Amino acid sequence: MVLAAGSAVFIMFTKNILYAALALMVTFLSLAVIFIFLGAEFVAITQILVYVGGILILLVFGIMLTNKTGSTQVLSLTYNKVLGFLASGALFIILFKGITLANFAALDWNKESESLEPSIAKFGQILMTDYVIAFEIIGLLLLLALIGAVRIAGKARKEADHGT
Amino acid sequence: MIAFLFFLVFFLVYALIAVYGERKISAFIQDRYGPMEVGYYGILQMIADLLKIIQKEDIIPFAADKRIFKPAPIIVFTAIFAGFAIIPLTSDFMGSEVEAGIFYLLAIVSLDVLGILMVGWGSNNKYALFGAMRAVAQIVSYEIPLGLTVVCVVMISQTLSLQEITYQQGIWWNTIDPDAQNYLFGIKALGIETTAIGGILTWNIFRVPLFLLAFVIFFIASLAESNRTPFDIPIAESELVGGFHTEYSGFRWSLIMLSEYGIMLLVSFLAVVLFLGGWNTPFPNIGSVELATWTSGTPGTFTGHLWGAFWMISKAFTLVFIQIWIRWTFPRLRLDQLMNLSWKYLTPAAIILVLLSALWRMLMI
Amino acid sequence: MELDYILLLSALLFVIGLFVVITRKNAIMVLIGIELMLNAANLNLIAFSSYDGSLQGQIFSIFLITVAAAEAAVGLAIVVKVYNYFRTADLDKINELKG
Repeated sequence: MVLAAGSAVFIMFTKNILYAALALMVTFLSLAVIFIFLGAEFVAITQILVYVGGILILLVFGIMLTNKTGSTQVLSLTYNKVLGFLASGALFIILFKGITLANFAALDWNKESESLEPSIAKFGQILMTDYVIAFEIIGLLLLLALIGAVRIAGKARKEADHGT
Repeated sequence: MIAFLFFLVFFLVYALIAVYGERKISAFIQDRYGPMEVGYYGILQMIADLLKIIQKEDIIPFAADKRIFKPAPIIVFTAIFAGFAIIPLTSDFMGSEVEAGIFYLLAIVSLDVLGILMVGWGSNNKYALFGAMRAVAQIVSYEIPLGLTVVCVVMISQTLSLQEITYQQGIWWNTIDPDAQNYLFGIKALGIETTAIGGILTWNIFRVPLFLLAFVIFFIASLAESNRTPFDIPIAESELVGGFHTEYSGFRWSLIMLSEYGIMLLVSFLAVVLFLGGWNTPFPNIGSVELATWTSGTPGTFTGHLWGAFWMISKAFTLVFIQIWIRWTFPRLRLDQLMNLSWKYLTPAAIILVLLSALWRMLMI
Repeated sequence: MELDYILLLSALLFVIGLFVVITRKNAIMVLIGIELMLNAANLNLIAFSSYDGSLQGQIFSIFLITVAAAEAAVGLAIVVKVYNYFRTADLDKINELKG
């Protein structure tokens, strides 16, 4: 937990974008570890697979493609720090108050839900029976996003002989 | 803990054997002798190489990004070594009995990609960067047929845990699941029970003959994952200009090489567990000539462990040998041919295989 | 790990993500901040799912990871295209809508 918070703070303060992306990787991995401690193995492994193995690589490619080649240090300074601190600090205080004052044990939905032993077989069953519509819609969403991303970022048909 | 130490030692010993074996095998394929000077028949060559690498000066280029340059090979090595934790060497010897075994392995391979990217970026060398970006594109594209063929196996076996998948492919299935039965080609309607026969007939490539094709696709994808020829564009550049590990020398370079051999072993182990029966024996029990029970001890006993480890390691080494053999036989694929192969041929084939495995599974009920 | 600590951590991550989105000018840093915020929400969901004993939170968080991946992909495609046109990834300089 300390590692997750620490690497997030590092993202906040560093100037170099690539270091920020790597600190993001550390954050993702520590969150995955926290997920495993909370008993959600499937989600933890999905997090590593999708976030670290997919999104982070996309981000690093994006960093490489959007800076003028030649310099290794890609800098990004922070602006409006005071306002940023004020806004985020205020939100944090509100959330802090909310979390510490809430009594989670007394909520109604807590008592009503069925208590299942989290296991992957049950996970798969629930995914396919109770939540199958959401599952199919997410598949469709991914298809649309993929087509959209390829269409947006692709080059025009005439220049089809680039190397990478 | 024991598994961790065992795999570490095994991995290092394997690396020595594999590099020596590669040099000798490549020599024989190319009709020459290979290393013959050091030791009898060149066996001590690897020790000499190891000593040379360890005492080399650790050169870090002046303009390289030190904070990324230094940890990058360690990340690559750790990511691959962490994948060994879920391989069942024998019926009881596993690093950790996670329920989501195979899924974890796919995630680990994705983690390795980031290490390679760091290796390329930290060198501050545009050739290294090109090599790294091509390597990443290649690995990411071939993860898809790899994952899809794994999904085929998981659908038939109904479990993500590698240990259970191995149990299902042998004569000891009834020790963990008393009323399970294996059928010839998996089709229940044929009525030929093969649980007691065991041997090669219960391996996954016979339980579902489609898996022969799935095995081939998995093998090709795994060659691409380990950056081996015919897919070694990222490292072949070392013969042209520089690969993604140009700026590394000495011990850091040896870590990267170690992880290349490591991932070869990892995917060989995975192919053996998923398709070739894991630690089960290939000899069937035919009538009263009970070859299967003679050549594999009961799970839990010491002889069981020895037989299981023997079969597992020998099958994995056979696959590694085939990988080395392929490396020195085929020419290198160009980058666009490589991408073509993955996206236009392997991925649709893998998708159709998933559909067919689902249909086959229905026949198995 | 008590529920409160994890919820505090997720609030902290969310606020840090917000700070990154507000104060950075580079488009990719903004994307990093957004991913951080989504992760914080995920952590919240999983924390409650484990506290509750039901699998609902985990399923929702799988969907959330998927949506985040899709959105990051499309976002990066847009950023790369915009960079190709404006030759800069600086959000303050990208202030013309008409091409």
